[in-house]
Amino acid sequence: MTTSSKQPQKISRNTDLSDQEYRWGFVTDVDADMAPKGLSEDVVRFISARKSEPEWLLEWRLKAYRHWLTLQASDAEPKWAKVKYPPIDYQDMFYYSAPKRAEDAPQSLDEVDPELLEAFEKLGVPLHEREKLAGVAVDAVFDSVSVATTFAAKLEELGIIFCSFSEAVKNHPDLVRKHLGSVVPYTDNFFATLNSAVFSDGSFAYVPPGVRCPIELMTYFRINTEGSGQFERTLIIADKGAFVSYLEGCTAPIRRTSQLHAAVVELVALDDSEIKYSTVQNWFPGTKEGVGGVYNFVTKRGRADRAAKISWTQVETGSAITWKYPSVILRGDNSVGEFYSVALTNNYQQADTGTKMIHIGKNTKSTIVAKGISAGHGQNTYRGQVKIMPGAENATNHTQCDSLLIGDKCGAHTVPYIEVQNPTARLEHEASTSKVSDDQLFYLMQRGISDEEAHHMIITGWSRDVIKELPFEFAMEASQLLKVSLEGAVG
Amino acid sequence: MLEVTNLHARVVDAEDGEILKGLNLTVKSGEIHAIMGPNGSGKSTFANVLAGRPDYEVTEGDIKLDGESILETPPNERAHKGIFLAFQYPAEIPGVRPWQFMKAALDSRNEAHGEKKLSVREFSKLFDSKVAEVKINPDLMKRSLNEGFSGGEKKRNEMLQLAILEPRLAVLDETDSGLDVDAMGIVANAVNALRSPERSFIIVTHYVRLLHHITPDIVHVLADGRLVETGGPELAEEVEREGYKRFLSGQEAEPAPAGA
Repeated sequence: MTTSSKQPQKISRNTDLSDQEYRWGFVTDVDADMAPKGLSEDVVRFISARKSEPEWLLEWRLKAYRHWLTLQASDAEPKWAKVKYPPIDYQDMFYYSAPKRAEDAPQSLDEVDPELLEAFEKLGVPLHEREKLAGVAVDAVFDSVSVATTFAAKLEELGIIFCSFSEAVKNHPDLVRKHLGSVVPYTDNFFATLNSAVFSDGSFAYVPPGVRCPIELMTYFRINTEGSGQFERTLIIADKGAFVSYLEGCTAPIRRTSQLHAAVVELVALDDSEIKYSTVQNWFPGTKEGVGGVYNFVTKRGRADRAAKISWTQVETGSAITWKYPSVILRGDNSVGEFYSVALTNNYQQADTGTKMIHIGKNTKSTIVAKGISAGHGQNTYRGQVKIMPGAENATNHTQCDSLLIGDKCGAHTVPYIEVQNPTARLEHEASTSKVSDDQLFYLMQRGISDEEAHHMIITGWSRDVIKELPFEFAMEASQLLKVSLEGAVG
Repeated sequence: MLEVTNLHARVVDAEDGEILKGLNLTVKSGEIHAIMGPNGSGKSTFANVLAGRPDYEVTEGDIKLDGESILETPPNERAHKGIFLAFQYPAEIPGVRPWQFMKAALDSRNEAHGEKKLSVREFSKLFDSKVAEVKINPDLMKRSLNEGFSGGEKKRNEMLQLAILEPRLAVLDETDSGLDVDAMGIVANAVNALRSPERSFIIVTHYVRLLHHITPDIVHVLADGRLVETGGPELAEEVEREGYKRFLSGQEAEPAPAGA
């Protein structure tokens, strides 16, 4: 994973490191099987029918769709985030596309469309290299339909279910029906409601009581078809005393038109269980001039029951706009919620991200470490809520928000919301803003380290508290992503 | 090895004039030079200009290393050529371990010279032996670079880097300031241990006391941007006795305390 830089290096403030094209920019020519353009009850029915869903799920989708219509009529699309984008025409996009072979889903990798495999190759998803995958099962979502799952047998022995959401609906309908919408109801917010109506596919994981999932569960997401929104739905359930670590990684090819991505992730951590959810998000951020890029409007939330723990770790380097607040409802006594985040905005990227920690149970504890890196014209906002409900005796929260600025045209903003309804609560909030200093750069360069490498070292060092929370292989990738994402911005 | 001719330099974009006003210096292989001077004479500026700090611009004159001008050479390439600056105020870098920093530094140099990088195992061995050599507290090596280090620990860490990188020309920028006797001994030992016919030192200092531990071959007095006097170790003794008064015609005189 090491890249050596051969660019000429100068230390002037305007160092122009070669501005690399988005590294994963390519388009795969897979004929998509699409729903008609636009959103209507017929389209919702089309999606449900294409996936041969049971009646109750169609009904749930339709309820969501009808609710979304009322939200749209009352102009309920969220406007409070510190992001700017032109109005989205929800009738001018496609809500479902699937690789052609979705009908007869491949039984093994040999049956997977070679072009698809090639695309994964470019993405670095080593689906066919089992050795390299050692310890990782990949459930790859390609334009909404899962194409392959590995290690299924091993997981099955332990009673662990890890499959596409569609398969879960077919094979484990009771689990899905019991938990779908239990953490993020279809009425939750504009984008979550839209997702509930039109979600295409996603991942499902269930770990039975007392079982410790021995491998990191891993999913790659990709957006491919032009103008198609992607609406994943992920549901992860850790039964009592279970443990699971889940990794989500993303890249997307270059597209001129902006793409809406409105996913929903629900985590259910039953008593004494633990869910660790890690994300590296590297979707197309738009061009240097701010054209195109993904709108990443995502609702992620977990519920922690008695003595359960939910930990979100995210490294967000992609997307034109990120609107995302992975949250924990600390419902059970002694439950724990954690949020570790690095969000990077370069060029014209905008990020409004943070978390919500809702303390309901006694002795609940939450930790927030949010780091924002802004470069170019990037705008980076931390928005976080800590809410201590009346019954949450002895709740504690520690929040740390750090901003790093590179250049003088970017912005960093911190918007904490703190609501305490129990006098025994203890909350700490620390915030800092800093720049990569000339002293630091010169120090590293004086020892022989290049300008670019020096920036990378300072930035990953600064992000270390978050990156060290990621599983090792992911940490390497995340560190590399920070470097690639800042190319052209440093100096 | 090093030839500085008529060097004029100033702070980039500053209203003030030049800080260095025609400095001449020749350093041969194996020599230890001491540059002494009162506050504001341009000592630190000179040390930083040698290393290529971008905050300064050279307006006239030249710096040649092995006969080639390095004025256009960026700081990291000057380091690859063997120039090392021990900083007066080393920067703190959160989240970066000293080990990682030194590995990257050594790797970059080896790469520039077309040499093989040390493996993690080889480097660790080297690192640990140097840590023991400069007697730096190994616990500090688990922290972020220079973060939470005392003044003395930072200087010791500079000596560790010096010992690992083994440069051809080491410039010590007031490395002795703020050091107690023990730390002074560490710095002196580090320098003395590295003394060799292939390696040169420029020790920039306000005080004489470090020179009690490291005997320089040549002593210069820097005043108002120029080297105004050059001599042997006896010149340092004179400064210790008389201060800088003699070198500061018409300017405020200032004694040079001998220190500990």
